Amino acid sequence: MTDKNGFFDLSKTGLTRRTALKGLAAGAGLAVAPGFVRYSQAQSSAPIKIGFQSHRTGIGAAYGRWYEKTTAAAVKAINDAGGINGRPVEVIIEDDGTDPGRGAEVVGKFATQHKTDIVYGTLFSHVVIGSAPAAGEAKMPYFVVSEGHHVASTKLNRYVFQPGITDVKSQIQAMAPWIAANAGKKVTQIFPDFAFGYDHRDYLPPALKAQGAEVIAQIAIPPTESSFTKYFPQIPAETEVIYHVMVGPAVLTFVKELGEFYGSNRPQLFGFIDSLEATDINSPGLEFLDGSHFWEGSPRYAQPDDSAAQKAYRAAVGIDDNGAAVGDPKDVSTAAHMFGCWETLYVVKKAMEDAGYKGPEDRAKLVEATEALTEFAEGPEHPQGPKTFNGKIHQCFGIQNISKVEGGRLNVVHKTKIEDGLYEPEGDYTTQPL
Amino acid sequence: MAFGPHLLLAALEGLVTSAVLALTALGLSLVFGVMRVVNVAHGEFFMLGAVLAWAITTAISGHPSLGFLAALVLAPLIVGLIALVAERLVLRRLNYNPEATIVATIGMLYIIQQLALTFYGPEARPVEPPFSYRILLPWFGYSGYKLSIIAASALLLVATWFVLTRTKIGLVMRATQYDSETAQAFGIPVTRVYAGVFALGAMLAAVAAVLIVPISQAHYLMGQDPLLLSFIVVIIGGLGSLRGTVVAAVLIGLSDGIISVFFSPTLAKIIATLLVAMVLVFRPQGLFGTASR
Repeated sequence: MTDKNGFFDLSKTGLTRRTALKGLAAGAGLAVAPGFVRYSQAQSSAPIKIGFQSHRTGIGAAYGRWYEKTTAAAVKAINDAGGINGRPVEVIIEDDGTDPGRGAEVVGKFATQHKTDIVYGTLFSHVVIGSAPAAGEAKMPYFVVSEGHHVASTKLNRYVFQPGITDVKSQIQAMAPWIAANAGKKVTQIFPDFAFGYDHRDYLPPALKAQGAEVIAQIAIPPTESSFTKYFPQIPAETEVIYHVMVGPAVLTFVKELGEFYGSNRPQLFGFIDSLEATDINSPGLEFLDGSHFWEGSPRYAQPDDSAAQKAYRAAVGIDDNGAAVGDPKDVSTAAHMFGCWETLYVVKKAMEDAGYKGPEDRAKLVEATEALTEFAEGPEHPQGPKTFNGKIHQCFGIQNISKVEGGRLNVVHKTKIEDGLYEPEGDYTTQPL
Repeated sequence: MAFGPHLLLAALEGLVTSAVLALTALGLSLVFGVMRVVNVAHGEFFMLGAVLAWAITTAISGHPSLGFLAALVLAPLIVGLIALVAERLVLRRLNYNPEATIVATIGMLYIIQQLALTFYGPEARPVEPPFSYRILLPWFGYSGYKLSIIAASALLLVATWFVLTRTKIGLVMRATQYDSETAQAFGIPVTRVYAGVFALGAMLAAVAAVLIVPISQAHYLMGQDPLLLSFIVVIIGGLGSLRGTVVAAVLIGLSDGIISVFFSPTLAKIIATLLVAMVLVFRPQGLFGTASR
């Protein structure tokens, strides 16, 4: 193992101390330069800049792509109708790699380099939790579309909001009565081994207990796992319902292997559609799902009673009646979650208009204006349904759909009410200083 | 679940892991054995095999087994070709210097991974298995395709063994492995042997990936786990020892299956890594390796 050709001998490459110092000096110069572009003070016609923290790569990539499509559609609709306070909206996208460390860096980049007005659009809960302190430090309003309970838990900070999608604790509480009454009383949970999964782990058992049912086993699976059969023997034989919620690139494998393990002789299945988001439910090997039930935030398949607003929203985003991209039936959307992007952007619009928002100096006013919101009526701006908003915990509450797999599609069989999912606030963000 | 069926499931899962691992690790071991090159990009050849399998099966319509068979033949060939080009452009120019090739293959790892991300995308995409027969056992169901992976891998291993020990190509490879300078003195085109071995190593990884992709989906980051496990297997089995590689693959695969079914997958990885440390301390040449001359 000799270095015959001198690949590691710096003296042979002609790098002198002088050139090394020059290089270092140039590098340091670049590092202190304030961003790529100097922006002048925002004029009244300058665009409102929304920094979109997107999961372009990593385990959240499928969600990231559809969150981007939905965001583009919503921004186009907002701009076509005159923008926000008469100013156009511009979205700047940065990839966070679905990674909490990178997420915090991206928030910093939006604050110091792009100088965006707000940061928006994060889904994966560990990225939200990792990025929230950076947003709070930069006093940057941070609107997430994450579904996790972390915002409403009031453990983050005053700058973090989730006004477009209901949190997991509320979803579970609203659906538990239906699960206990229709699926079964002895429940085994399978969930991803990180923050989002822990919401399910922590809030399902008490919610079911209140309905006279119980969780008899909890199986945590790493979100990067690629093979699942080895976990299934942990499911107790007396299980009546398997409650599953998985995320990441291997969700299809997870459901397939569950089918191979049980076949038609399976317990009842109740899943969060997360286990199959962006995946065709008619993929080979998924036939055993027929008759099982899923939570959906917004239905993937067009329903007979869809409102005009829902139809217009689906057309704007570009999904067909099966929830796949128009023109590419194999490109299945993340319909159950991405409506939250559309609705969040309209909440931002409303709050900015209420605050008379002019630029980053008005960020505190924007926070207070968002906290003052209480209700979002169903309509073109909120196609998923009506919602209430609790400004103290920065969280909205809407209806949930329970859908049944029948004839190769998901049909909504039960809609919860907003009141079903309300709980006692765990804290109050408005007491924190701005 | 009772202990018997539980153990059966664990053993089946372990054997599937072993089968794929044996092929992947054999490729790594071959490259190291003959060329003394530690190929850090090996996992990316695995990933390329899976991604190409997806591309080929999507391009070919008709019964899924047609596309799969085409992928089984074409994907390893294409990957072999890519490896050949990489060998010519990079490894040969570095004169197969052990330290330099490690750094160079790390570079190749990132280049291949990012190219896959650029052209294939960040999604995990499924490949339909050639057949989806479900074997119904009294206690649980099991995928018939998974069992066929074990058989296919065993066949390929026997074929590789046959080539290495019973053919002239194998003889030339073994001569090069034993003493490349003397081999060259006897008129063996050593650089051509190196190129062939590097391509063969990559092809073994690619074929393993084609076999596994119908049960695990193609994803641009899927090369990381096989690389780590292959290194574990090759170190335990003895760098350059083919018999050791296969034995270690079965050992690691089965223990991984059984430990992760009965305890946790994390514990399985911990134990495998601990085993590597033990082997490195007490028997640095590996279980079946010979001490370096």
